[in-house]
Amino acid sequence: MTETTRERQVLERIDRARQRKARVREEHITMAHGAGGKATQTLIEAVFLDAFRNPLLEPLEDGAVFGAGGARLAFTTDSYVVSPLFFPGGDIGDLAVNGTVNDLSVCGARPLYLSAGFVLEEGFPVEDLRRIAASMARAAAAAEVSIVTGDTKVVQRGKADGCYVTTAGVGLLERDTRLGVATARPGDAVLVSGPIGEHGVTIMLARGELDIEADVTSDTAPLNGLIAALRAAAGEEVRCLRDATRGGVATILNEIARASGVAVVVEEDAVPVRPAVRGACELLGIDPLYVACEGRMVAVVDGEAAGAALAALRGHPLGEGAAIVGRIGDDPPGLVLLKTAFGGTRIIDVLVGDPLPRIC
Amino acid sequence: MRFVDEYRDADKARALSARIASLCEPGRSYKFMEVCGGHTHTIYKHGLEDYLPETITLVHGPGCPVCVIPMGRVDDAVHIAEQPDVIMTSFGDMMRVPGGRGSFFDSTAQGADIRMVYSPLDALKIARRNPERRVVFMAIGFETTAPSTAMTVLRAAAEGVRNFSVFCNHVTIIPAIKAILDSPDLRLDGFIGPGHVSTIIGCRPYEFIARGYGKPLVVAGFEPLDILQSVYMLLLQLAEGRSEVENQYARVVPWAGNVKALRAINEVMELRPYFEWRGLGFISHSALRMREKYAAYDAERLFAIPGGRVADPKACQCGEVLKGVLKPWECKVFGTACTPETPIGTCMVSSEGACAAYYNFGRFSRQRVREATR
Repeated sequence: MTETTRERQVLERIDRARQRKARVREEHITMAHGAGGKATQTLIEAVFLDAFRNPLLEPLEDGAVFGAGGARLAFTTDSYVVSPLFFPGGDIGDLAVNGTVNDLSVCGARPLYLSAGFVLEEGFPVEDLRRIAASMARAAAAAEVSIVTGDTKVVQRGKADGCYVTTAGVGLLERDTRLGVATARPGDAVLVSGPIGEHGVTIMLARGELDIEADVTSDTAPLNGLIAALRAAAGEEVRCLRDATRGGVATILNEIARASGVAVVVEEDAVPVRPAVRGACELLGIDPLYVACEGRMVAVVDGEAAGAALAALRGHPLGEGAAIVGRIGDDPPGLVLLKTAFGGTRIIDVLVGDPLPRIC
Repeated sequence: MRFVDEYRDADKARALSARIASLCEPGRSYKFMEVCGGHTHTIYKHGLEDYLPETITLVHGPGCPVCVIPMGRVDDAVHIAEQPDVIMTSFGDMMRVPGGRGSFFDSTAQGADIRMVYSPLDALKIARRNPERRVVFMAIGFETTAPSTAMTVLRAAAEGVRNFSVFCNHVTIIPAIKAILDSPDLRLDGFIGPGHVSTIIGCRPYEFIARGYGKPLVVAGFEPLDILQSVYMLLLQLAEGRSEVENQYARVVPWAGNVKALRAINEVMELRPYFEWRGLGFISHSALRMREKYAAYDAERLFAIPGGRVADPKACQCGEVLKGVLKPWECKVFGTACTPETPIGTCMVSSEGACAAYYNFGRFSRQRVREATR
């Protein structure tokens, strides 16, 4: 038997092993369970999906879409525990509003109403809370949503890290088309709406542990306006939208490849990354494709409509840096492939936890 | 980006690739070992093998600092970290490495205070800020990272910081290469020499490889063009019947190394009589420990560590992978029982580990990937 045949057999066996049902092996929660990679996915599937299983939850999209009294609604929730609370380009407040607005928008809904829950640590400055509330109000106004209900809890000093915010939101679906990660088809184009990795790098640098200075600010922004512009131009040809938060663009592309049973082929050269972000990532030995964004999305559109979609994105202030970064193929299904800028090829897998800086 | 993009130029890569192909003797196959895990990472990250003819195999070597830490030492470190007044500090790569009783990440989940740092100086900073706690730095790595550990100890001593110590696991590269050369199960045609280690030790220590074993070695940089050029230089040596130590990474590596850094290591540390390497077993004079003079900064003396030896799991073939005898996918548990989520062996942990690099970047038929991206 030749070596390549043997290698192929081994790889096929591994692929089967990867299809097996998720199982949490750890006895305790680790930070990896919250990083948005494989460990998070396993935890969600093995604990939450197992307990709550229902057809609306099962697709594990950014929000649930359902009919109620003749209307079609989208519903989503998200918690924010970012540290530091204030960072260049934003704070936990606008992050919490934009995040939920974006989760509704990528479901194809027009975001309408949000809730806001606060967990506050004893001793937290009221002035900081005022700043956060003001920032949430501004973000809500910009996204044309209202925060209509909420909750406040205080815990003892040391039981929380200052302030945690949870938002939930409902939105209205005005079109009949279904967006979803399972709808990508060979021949489709893959776009990103702007330079990637800015939020994640901003937070890493804002923590002050790295002694790296760079001119980077968070990209946190509401995507509903940009999505409306895209759908006005490419309409029915838009198959799938996802905001690339935890786990970055790479994780979203893997979700699409897996759910749609397609190959995603990305050109590294085409992926927009600002020089400061690239530099910081090079120094830390991490890949910007895995770094979180809070105001960027991945869009899969019919190949024929790619040009129109790109023009629509670039015509909007939040999409000026948009680019076509790749395409959908049929083989190998479930895999994301990268043509590296160097001219080689490799796969892009989902990370287990947070990308860890390398030693040397 | 300057100083990066010029070393990733696809046109230059194509030109080098053609010259490499022209130097390959028809019917002959070549096996070169890249000693350093940083090279392994570069090779997979940029898809460099696409530029090499199929007759050239790159064999991944033992130079991944995380991969060679034996399980017993991880358990010792976890034991220190679990002491109530201790803050353990560690490079990020080390956090997921499993010992017999779990990893640093498992340990933090159960209440240990283990913090990721980017330099031992950060650990010293933590010690200054927390005078009531004992701060320990988990020192790992080859000669690349040993000088910064040594310098930090010297600074701590100069400043009179008393609550800082080092759990020293530094290893040296030459004995590991020698162990591989003496291993009967592997036939190599040459070495891509470690770049960062050589900035410290220089190129001279490799001369026994060229002279005594007749194998060419080219010290290489970490950008993909550096590695391609090194392969070209190795082939040229073979074609011309030479076996020499050459320096491709002259922009960073001085032939004589970094005397000041070597002096710092020598001031603070001394060779251990022997040290266990994960998968490779005990290798004599292959690791560093703190000198008696710096006993006050030596966690090994300050803490009653269990010091037990933990046998590698039976199924784990890290040793064969580290020696380059097995390719990652040839290991019995690769990708099924041993994955980046649940690593059995260390090679699956660090992004410089051969198994993790192959699993994350290359785990697929190259031919199918090439066809799909065409």
